[in-house]
Amino acid sequence: MKIMLFLILTSLLVAGGFLAAYLWAARTGQFEDDETPAIRVLFDDDPATEPGK
Amino acid sequence: MAYDILNAHDLCQFYALAPGAGKRLTNPLHEKTFAWLDDPQMAEHLLDFKQERRAKVRFHLPDMHCAACIWLLEHLYRLDAGVLRSTVNFPQKTVSIDFDPTQTTLRRLAAMLASVGYPPHFSLADAASQPQARRGGRRLLYQIGLTGFVMGNVMLLSFPEYLGLQREHDAWFFGVFGYLNLLLSVPVLLFAARDYFVSAWNGLKNKHLNIDLPVSLGLFMLFARSAFEVLTQTGAGYFDSFVALVFLLLCGKWFQQLAFHRLSFERDFRAYFPIAATRRRQQREEAVALDALAAGDMILVRNGELVPADGVLARGVARVDYSFVTGESEPVAVAEGEKIFAGGKQCGDLIEVVLTRTVSQSYLTQLWNDEAFRPARQAGTDYMADRAGRWFTYLTLGIGGLCLLYWWVWRGDVATAINTFTAVFMVACPCAIAVSIPFTMGNVLRWLSRHGFYLKNAQVVERLLDVDAVVFDKTGTITTLHTTDAAAERVQFEAVSGAGTMAGISPAALTAIKSLCYRSNHPLSRQIYAALPAELPLTAVTDFSETPGRGVQGRVGQHELRLGSADFTGADMVSKNGVFVAMDGAVLGRFEVAHHYRPGLRAVLDFFRAPRSGRSATVFLLSGDHDRERATLHTYFPDDDTLFFEKKPAEKLDFIKKLQGAGRRVLFFGDGLNDAGALRQAEVGVVVSEHANNFTPASDAILRADAFGRLPQFLGFARQNLRLIRASFGVAILYNIMGLSYAVTGALSPLVAAVLMPVSSVTLVLIGTAGSHWLARHWGLAAPPDKSHPDG
Repeated sequence: MKIMLFLILTSLLVAGGFLAAYLWAARTGQFEDDETPAIRVLFDDDPATEPGK
Repeated sequence: MAYDILNAHDLCQFYALAPGAGKRLTNPLHEKTFAWLDDPQMAEHLLDFKQERRAKVRFHLPDMHCAACIWLLEHLYRLDAGVLRSTVNFPQKTVSIDFDPTQTTLRRLAAMLASVGYPPHFSLADAASQPQARRGGRRLLYQIGLTGFVMGNVMLLSFPEYLGLQREHDAWFFGVFGYLNLLLSVPVLLFAARDYFVSAWNGLKNKHLNIDLPVSLGLFMLFARSAFEVLTQTGAGYFDSFVALVFLLLCGKWFQQLAFHRLSFERDFRAYFPIAATRRRQQREEAVALDALAAGDMILVRNGELVPADGVLARGVARVDYSFVTGESEPVAVAEGEKIFAGGKQCGDLIEVVLTRTVSQSYLTQLWNDEAFRPARQAGTDYMADRAGRWFTYLTLGIGGLCLLYWWVWRGDVATAINTFTAVFMVACPCAIAVSIPFTMGNVLRWLSRHGFYLKNAQVVERLLDVDAVVFDKTGTITTLHTTDAAAERVQFEAVSGAGTMAGISPAALTAIKSLCYRSNHPLSRQIYAALPAELPLTAVTDFSETPGRGVQGRVGQHELRLGSADFTGADMVSKNGVFVAMDGAVLGRFEVAHHYRPGLRAVLDFFRAPRSGRSATVFLLSGDHDRERATLHTYFPDDDTLFFEKKPAEKLDFIKKLQGAGRRVLFFGDGLNDAGALRQAEVGVVVSEHANNFTPASDAILRADAFGRLPQFLGFARQNLRLIRASFGVAILYNIMGLSYAVTGALSPLVAAVLMPVSSVTLVLIGTAGSHWLARHWGLAAPPDKSHPDG
């Protein structure tokens, strides 16, 4: 049953990966604003007149 | 959401965009207002990023309020070809604009924004502090993320022990899981829980027992005991409880931050400064609330009024009293063109100031709470949170010590002794204090300020409910000059000759009187000013000075004019009341201004007199006038020795001191003009503000005049909230008794601890939040009032 140790460590590694992703997202400011993106999605923009870049 | 957008069609002007595409929508007035943005140094400050063909700036636009605003603001590229892209951050009310500096300038952008209805507000002080605030918020996110990660894994690793893993049988697993738990918990201790330890340590260094001390002790015991058990292979430890507790505490902190951000949609009660200023725009003067002022606005500052934001003196002779800011009450002379700083009070004639920044209300509130006015009485009072925190720490130490003694000395069982000692700290939860008080009090302050009662901080609430003597000033406090009668009817003039109208005075004299009154902030001056014919021009006045409690004087042309009390003007009609007028030493007559008592006054007085929890307060009236109105006032103050007349400001202060000497706790209501001393001396000083310009930092609370009648409601609400907090203390004690009964008998298992602690914390949060919401609705304070701006 020593295989349990290997399994646990691997799952910790995967979970750690998720933690790293979260920390990166927090650092690059993705959690700053949780209201505006929801509204932004609903705008109807004509592709021809969209802002460049 | 759909309703908001539909509603917005009336308020936002984005429908004007389609035909106006490509057209420059700027208004020349706005261009001028933002001229200062052309200054390259200013631009340096404001730009986040600058290259040749691309620059980035963030504007704070507090006027955005709906989804349609976001739509408009993200389509700015249609209004100005130089805009490359604009991104809105709605919760922070900012827009981040990428633009081409060769095609458009900061000034044009600002002007354009102002034209479409979103004038940018600038506050360099705020801009500097914003990155810090965000970094602080971000750090909390890291902490929560880390703790959540660790909590999930530790709980999983602890399950086998809950579900029957035995030490003897599967020693290997036991050991491995234990070590893993320990390793995972170390970063939580060192990073996530750090703030609590640091705060407790700082508190100890300053000999001040704050709430973070018992929390830190508990956390430390949990970790130390668990580490010990794992390292000596004597047990599984309590890492799951430890990490779960840290997680819960951090979530609580995050929730509070979120709640405060939500508040800033309406108006953050901490930042709300309920005063207004007189702005002059294109020859028109209007009273505007502070948050409507922008950089570049010209405001008039009268004698005794506060300068709300940094600015430059445009015209007038300024002698500024900075005691609010620096504590120095010696006025500083400022020349035209020089800077005047926020928080200064003008002493002398009217001045015109051009603001260079928007008002930072949080700065002003900070000053209000700050140094120069912290009264010596702080030493004597004992606020609920501090008292409870101290009790809690002593009790926990006491019980822990007793356990130690009992098991070690009496029973000789060292192991159990240490076991119970640490268990006591782990289980005793100060959540009631750390959680219910801030939540509930925060809500109380927020609701009260929404309805016109602005308290300096939460401690004022407690003091307010503890008073047993209430002193009212008369003029301007319980009397109001706002009635449905026209101003001219309210003010009667009686000339020396006995003639009853103002026709007897020459227009030149009337002009002079009007000009003199214009410069004063006193309600009587304003009333007389309003009663005089509007066509009369204003002339220059030199040597203007206002003596509180007595009158104003100045020089108009070659004449010296005095307006005020009988002895100030040298009148011998001493038995009569009113405002006397004397020109060059000769008395012309007097103005009689009719007073009306505030609606709801009787109810307020009865409320204070009614006995509550065995006590009732005595209500006094101090008036600076003659006792002409004694009969009317008798109906409000039936007891003769609660009614006093002809009290000068200094005598009012002495009266309060005398009451305090007799052991009374005094609540004083004043109008903020000349009773700073009394306001400061009383346990609670409340300024009843009719015209929101007269603020004095010596006050503890500001009551908007139209909210005066609702005082019983406000105080009833506050009182019940305090009872709610005490009730939640009761619940917390129950939980603690339950937990401690496990702890002192040495029977505290990780499972019990893991269940008990989160349950108790969550219950208390619910009681605090739901309870105060319910109370607000019960007292009719939940719905927003129809007027949310102070009137002029």
